Amino acid sequence: MSDARTEILARVRAARPGSAAPVPRDYRRDVPGIDVVEVLVDRLVDYKAGVHRAAAASLADVLGGLLATSSTVVVPPGLPASWLTGPVLRDSVPVLRDSVAEPISVATLDAPGVTVVTGAAVAIAATGTLILDAGPDQGRRVLSLVPDHHVCVVWTDQILGGVPAALGRLPDPTRPLTLISGPSATSDIELNRVEGVHGPRRLDVVIVER
Amino acid sequence: MNGTGNIVALKPFPDAARLELSDAQLRANLRRATHTIRDKRLRVVGEVDDWEELRRAGAAIKDDVLARLPELLEQFEAAATRAGAVVHWARDAAEACEIVTRLVLQTAAREVVKVKSMATQEIGLNEALEAVGIEATETDLAELIVQLAGDTPSHILVPAIHYNRSQIRDIFLSKMPGVLAGLTDDPPALAEAARKHLRAKFLSATVGVSGANFAIAETGTLVVVESEGNGRMCLTLPETLISVVGIEKILPSFSELEVFLQLLPRSSTGERMNPYTSMWTGVTPGDGPRTTHIVLIDNGRTAVLEDEVGRQALRCIRCSACLNVCPVYERVGGHAYGSVYPGPIGAILSPQMTGGGANKTLPYASSLCGACFDACPVRIDIPEVLVHLRQKGPKPAAERAAFRALSWIMRDRRRYAAALRAARRGSAPLRGFGRLRRLPWPASAWTDSRDVPLPPKQTFREWWTKR
Repeated sequence: MSDARTEILARVRAARPGSAAPVPRDYRRDVPGIDVVEVLVDRLVDYKAGVHRAAAASLADVLGGLLATSSTVVVPPGLPASWLTGPVLRDSVPVLRDSVAEPISVATLDAPGVTVVTGAAVAIAATGTLILDAGPDQGRRVLSLVPDHHVCVVWTDQILGGVPAALGRLPDPTRPLTLISGPSATSDIELNRVEGVHGPRRLDVVIVER
Repeated sequence: MNGTGNIVALKPFPDAARLELSDAQLRANLRRATHTIRDKRLRVVGEVDDWEELRRAGAAIKDDVLARLPELLEQFEAAATRAGAVVHWARDAAEACEIVTRLVLQTAAREVVKVKSMATQEIGLNEALEAVGIEATETDLAELIVQLAGDTPSHILVPAIHYNRSQIRDIFLSKMPGVLAGLTDDPPALAEAARKHLRAKFLSATVGVSGANFAIAETGTLVVVESEGNGRMCLTLPETLISVVGIEKILPSFSELEVFLQLLPRSSTGERMNPYTSMWTGVTPGDGPRTTHIVLIDNGRTAVLEDEVGRQALRCIRCSACLNVCPVYERVGGHAYGSVYPGPIGAILSPQMTGGGANKTLPYASSLCGACFDACPVRIDIPEVLVHLRQKGPKPAAERAAFRALSWIMRDRRRYAAALRAARRGSAPLRGFGRLRRLPWPASAWTDSRDVPLPPKQTFREWWTKR
């Protein structure tokens, strides 16, 4: 008896249809005529995420306000230090920076009141989606997963209208990718949407002009 | 080679359906749930101007994949291996379970956490793991409810669709360790109880088991689409990750996701996008599992591929839109189909994958109303395949004779009018009943699970000529 691989491939070869028709690609590459920032805000609010607008100069203040009640703030290795220079943070909330050499433990991330701050690679307006690709200001997948509160900073020039345009903008699809559309949610009980099952219970998105 | 495992129905559909139809609570739960979800779906699909173009592209991409499947599978295997994954192949359910069980036993773990996955349901993985003393915990809320209840899933997407909130509370109270007696049936309270119960398991698990919604040939990437974050937990925290993937899940390149990430969430939960999608390619040092295995399963898929008409069933992306619009599913629920694939898609997939037995009755579990084709995001012509499979299947002699007679009557207008008159005269004494519950044998076979409406007092034509 041949091995499973050989046998399955032989069966697929014998059974497969002749060549298929070409794929029609007349769907839209992007969503024309929309204000991508407004649509993203609308979708995020619909998902019950917190949405905040900031100018580049006021980003640290907006973040400071959002993080004031956190027990600990966790940030990925490459998050710009300038984001965290707000008055509240400087005074009261400890900031832990994750690194390859000294990764933050899951137990630390799981402690009550921990907030993680990340950037994003791309955002999709039409679906209200943030895409994280483990870039320096986003870090390991676990960072945006275990803490109860995720604050994500998105620059306006990272926001694209539709799914095709946004996926096309990603530099490398083999990096660990996480697409986030609102906080964790379930609809398993009589199809009632309930937020905060296993991922962060709270998602705040800060949209910064650029 | 035919598929095995939890896709083999143990009894014919009519017998199973009769049992389910007697449960009024089940019908009420199903009706509420399917109507809610289909309304949501219609709303968000209506938002997308190019929905039909996306459907056509989705169908064509999947057909193209089926035409190039051998090359794409080899390409996927090579890319995934280069990225650090270990690829295995399994001919049927037993072989797939054997591989996964061996991989788990090679670790020190005696517990695994699972992402909701149709492929592992299909091969009966939980039972196989249990047989060698490994505890598999379902971490999707609905799968957990079903697992705690000792039940089987009844819907592809919402496995616990047949339970309402008070039934779920009762299951948690009696089966979930550490649940407080004061637990209410408020959905947030129930979700919170599940969160607490599962968090400890996530943080201590060393082996995760998943399926995959898509497998990208070009890059060796796997994609899991979910809502709760339990998937991300299982795909990120354990040291070892084992993914069971049907060979038809392949997409040629990453860019094809631009079509399917639009079609799938709107068709399944009626959302613009599901809360979480995770993609991983082999192993990334320092981020996620240190060892990843991929088990590619056939389990009857190549048998489906052989059938010229029926192979379109392999386009299925398991969104379950066809279940939610099906009048038959709405009344009997998922268990009546006897396979982990219920509803219209199950009625064409299960019999083709397993090649016979009680599954042969499934193509008759349909009114052929066509709603499933309209809802299908990859344009599977389910009614066409149902009719095709009926032609290949058994045809009772009495039914054949009855339809031959009907055809003779309906071929001639006068014969038809006369037959209608006779039917009305014959049924006139019964009119007080409104409808009939039971006809005498042999028509009783029909009325076992159906009522018979009586003919009206006059036809439209008669009413019209009198005006």
